[in-house]
Amino acid sequence: MTSNTTDTRPNVLGAIGAWIWLAVIIVPIYYIFVTSLRPQADYFAENPLSWPSNATLDAYGRVLENDFLLFFFNSVIVTAAAVAVTLAVSLMASYVVVRSRSRFGANVFRVALLGIAIPIQAAIIPVYYLIVQIGLYDTLAALILPSIAFAIPLTLLILTNFLREIPESLFESMRMDGATEWKILLRLVVPLSRPALATVGVYQALQVWNGFLFPLVLTQSAETRVIPLSLWSFQGQFGVDVPAVLAAVVLSVLPMLAAYIVARRQLVSGLTAGFGK
Amino acid sequence: MAAPALILFGFFAVVPLFGVVALSFVHWDGLGEMSWAGLDNWKAAASDPVSRNALWLTVKLTVLCVVFQAPVSLLLGVFLAGRQRYRALLATLFFLPLLFSSAAVAITFTALLDPNFGAGTALDAEWLSQNWLGDPELALYVVVFVIGWCFIPFHTLIYQAGTRQIPKELYEASRMDGAGPVAQFFHITLPMLKYTIVTSTTLMTVGSLTYFDLIFVLTGGGPGDATRVLPLDMYLTGFRSYEMGKASVLALVLVVVGLAVSLGLNRITGASRMDSRSEG
Repeated sequence: MTSNTTDTRPNVLGAIGAWIWLAVIIVPIYYIFVTSLRPQADYFAENPLSWPSNATLDAYGRVLENDFLLFFFNSVIVTAAAVAVTLAVSLMASYVVVRSRSRFGANVFRVALLGIAIPIQAAIIPVYYLIVQIGLYDTLAALILPSIAFAIPLTLLILTNFLREIPESLFESMRMDGATEWKILLRLVVPLSRPALATVGVYQALQVWNGFLFPLVLTQSAETRVIPLSLWSFQGQFGVDVPAVLAAVVLSVLPMLAAYIVARRQLVSGLTAGFGK
Repeated sequence: MAAPALILFGFFAVVPLFGVVALSFVHWDGLGEMSWAGLDNWKAAASDPVSRNALWLTVKLTVLCVVFQAPVSLLLGVFLAGRQRYRALLATLFFLPLLFSSAAVAITFTALLDPNFGAGTALDAEWLSQNWLGDPELALYVVVFVIGWCFIPFHTLIYQAGTRQIPKELYEASRMDGAGPVAQFFHITLPMLKYTIVTSTTLMTVGSLTYFDLIFVLTGGGPGDATRVLPLDMYLTGFRSYEMGKASVLALVLVVVGLAVSLGLNRITGASRMDSRSEG
């Protein structure tokens, strides 16, 4: 258990445990992949964990024929819009929290801290009521607006902690030059906070992309269906066609896998930001 | 400049929090007119055996989740904090479950645990071919396992980051004094991880209170009511039985229990630290 030191004694027990857990993680993922390549008939005949003897992409074809691209596109719109607006409004608010000399800034920050503790489940019934009342039920906007609201607290927290690190002298010198607050925000704060924006942006994108409860409660028709909900409806629709359902699972995770490969560091630090210190 | 964030957050997060209190005192089917209910919903929820069972199941699920996830995450996180190359590779792979939506995970395990075509037939293992999700005795444990599959990677990350913060000098000094790896784990690593353990356990507990989508897709609350935990009971009461008032009561129970647990855990162990962080 001397893992924190770089000494030479191997940690045999830890290694055994870690490799066992690796198997627990990898077997289901491997299973998703091989099953998605199996012809439907072979699914009932072959060993579920064997490599398919007649590997085929037919299951992917069946998924794409069933409007998967529409659902994919809906998810892209909802995720992109929610993340972009969340970052913009949270950065503006963080700037106020950091720069404000009144109690107002500190109070905004306190509200955000409390907001992190509000579970979506607890608010879902009134959110449903509000969305119906303002006539947005069963639209993509019905998914975007509440997603933004529930993403703001953590985003604000992370961005504020980051902005506090910007030296006071940078703000002062811009103010001396007669820059307005907006100009300081755009010319100074936005460029400097890029790493934090990337970190929290990737994290929130993952949350929105995989969100299930808002789509389940706030949309209904196939036109507004997003990916997680489509997986659930595929499961009902395809029934025994398990390869097609799991092909849809593979397609649903591809963008997040791509994000993980490109921006692993941001995603990992986004997940642990504010907690693991 | 703070206005857009405050308006969005206020309208879709703060207003609903008060709204759920108001809705708990009305009869509403989700579509028609509302009518005053007084304490009817509260009485109905308190005397409903299904909801009581849901509360009990939620407590049971929470305890089982923490008992399963905390030790595994702690040991994996401490192990992964080492610097060897292959540990970095393991850490990369361990992260993968976090990329999947709950719906995707639930669908995968439904297929994988199928008694006729699932992993049991692959490994020719009798004990793996049980009707995991159809047996009321087993279903809750399967749910605990699948939740662990999803969230242990996250808590492992927290412990990994926490372990890396421990000053190396502590280990070097204790080695001078002749302490072995096991002694170091119990006398340095564990005490130094105290706050990490509190944070992680709080997140696990509050998370366990709100698991919805995973269980919804995996079991739908069944078989019977065997996995109908509180968030699921709330959803089914509100959006399937159209009793929004009663469902609001259940939602409020969720909030209050969640806040009480997280405040309680922090009060016991790490109150001062939370304060210092909130002051930024």
